[in-house]
Amino acid sequence: MIEAPLTDIAAVIRSKNAGPYELTLDIMFRDEKHYRFLKQINYFTRELFAGLYGISVENILKVVYFDPASAVKCTLVRPLVSGSIGDSDVYGAQQHAPLLFLKAPVTD
Amino acid sequence: MKNDSFKVLSPTAILGYGFPERSFVRGIEKRPDLIAVDAGSTDPGPYYLGAGKSFTSRSAVKRDLELMLGAALELSIPCIIGTAGGCGAREHVAWTEAIIQEIAREKGYRFKMAVIYADVAKAEVLRALQQGRVSPLHPAPHITAEDVENSVRIVAQMGAEPVFKAMELGPQIVLCGRCYDPVPFAAPAIMQGFDPGLAYHLGKILECAAIAATPGSGRDCVMGTLYPDSFELESLNEERKFTPTSTAAHTLYEKSDPFHLPGPGGTLDLSATRFEALDERRTRVSGTRFIPADPYTVKLEGVRRSGFRAISIGGIRDPILIGQIDSVLTEVKDQTREALGFTDPILFHVYGKDGVMGKLEPEKNRLAHELGLVIEVIAGDQEQANAVCSYARSTLLHYGYPGRISTAGNLALLYSPSDIPCGDVFEFSIYHLMEVADPEALFPIEISEVGL
Repeated sequence: MIEAPLTDIAAVIRSKNAGPYELTLDIMFRDEKHYRFLKQINYFTRELFAGLYGISVENILKVVYFDPASAVKCTLVRPLVSGSIGDSDVYGAQQHAPLLFLKAPVTD
Repeated sequence: MKNDSFKVLSPTAILGYGFPERSFVRGIEKRPDLIAVDAGSTDPGPYYLGAGKSFTSRSAVKRDLELMLGAALELSIPCIIGTAGGCGAREHVAWTEAIIQEIAREKGYRFKMAVIYADVAKAEVLRALQQGRVSPLHPAPHITAEDVENSVRIVAQMGAEPVFKAMELGPQIVLCGRCYDPVPFAAPAIMQGFDPGLAYHLGKILECAAIAATPGSGRDCVMGTLYPDSFELESLNEERKFTPTSTAAHTLYEKSDPFHLPGPGGTLDLSATRFEALDERRTRVSGTRFIPADPYTVKLEGVRRSGFRAISIGGIRDPILIGQIDSVLTEVKDQTREALGFTDPILFHVYGKDGVMGKLEPEKNRLAHELGLVIEVIAGDQEQANAVCSYARSTLLHYGYPGRISTAGNLALLYSPSDIPCGDVFEFSIYHLMEVADPEALFPIEISEVGL
């Protein structure tokens, strides 16, 4: 199977709070073709995200494929509530980096 | 329905973020039926609700309001402001109200204003808790009566109903406390008979102004036009456009599930939503439905005080120290605790190691050639926080670690003074749904004549 860096086939890879208790990751694909293929093989699973972030699968709340934007969304439990003692990213805007090194299968 | 279309002008994503006057004037020329803006967010964290302060600057909010009020009065259309002052508690509402009154005085404006408050008394939440009407928004934990008692401030997100009631009193300006973000944009249209699903979805997009356009911006104006079966979005700056993809993608922003967006009194269902290009720059949206919930719930937000903070910022460039940074910091923390008998939090944020991602950092063993360090202490009072921070900083500065050859000091301290008192620290304590029998009852309305 051919693989491509996610950064080559995605236009947007980002993280942000979804309220103070959740962190949400968005991947929006440049080309619907790549999105369709990855959705078809269900590449993005709770297990995949749990592995990337070194957290348990129970802390991955949801993985959603969103056709209108050719996008995948993963929502996880914040390790610390936004702005609480020890939290290091109040807006949750810099938690996307593990996705930047992902290589995903692609069709020809 | 009075008319077959309803135009809403959204100048900016957050009141005080600003917008180009040119875009705004173009919007006014299109004769909107309403100017609305969202002023709030929980994103800046718990401090602003706890301290009763705004996260936007007074001068920036005044500048935006001057243009909005002037245009609303000129066109004789309403102007609705959601979540005044960023968090929408009484202090935030009063802060914004004072700015509006100042503008009216300076410009000689006279108008009727409705103010809707969103503070919830602890007794009210305690009663609801006892009656089993309070449930956590997962993954927030369950709360106890003690959590409610320890809260500094509690607000509830109002739905459209209190705004309907305020609008019936005929105000030019409606200033809302904490408010579901789409409400200022959607409520007047729903009152006129437009579909709530479409109106709220339009509001969801307009509350972020041009963020949903491409290129996106939180500081530019957008016109949304509602029809009986759809709505249309148009950027008021020629350099931006709403494409079906940019519009659809916005539904993902800061949300956990793009198909189901819960709010006061119901959920927005996007499973049958269609996004279509009208032309190069405009997009039409249809098919979004509002599913009313029974019982009606409002979201509560509350914070508690967690202490006082002091910090010190420095850098480390010595590779011998960098190589043993974890053990050195542990030793400095232990020595500080032991010397001062201090048991509250002492934290080291190590940038260049895992300062950004903390526990989520996958590359735990890769160190940069230089490290940025923030020493943080949280204590019961400011004086103690300062003293412990100072002790930890000086202990690290002169700490004799194994193999040390740089014996003059271990830190490049960024500032003089090196230790910075940061004041109050708050944390979110309530993020819960509360069932209510009457969607208006929690939100008292005051009506006044401004400029008289």
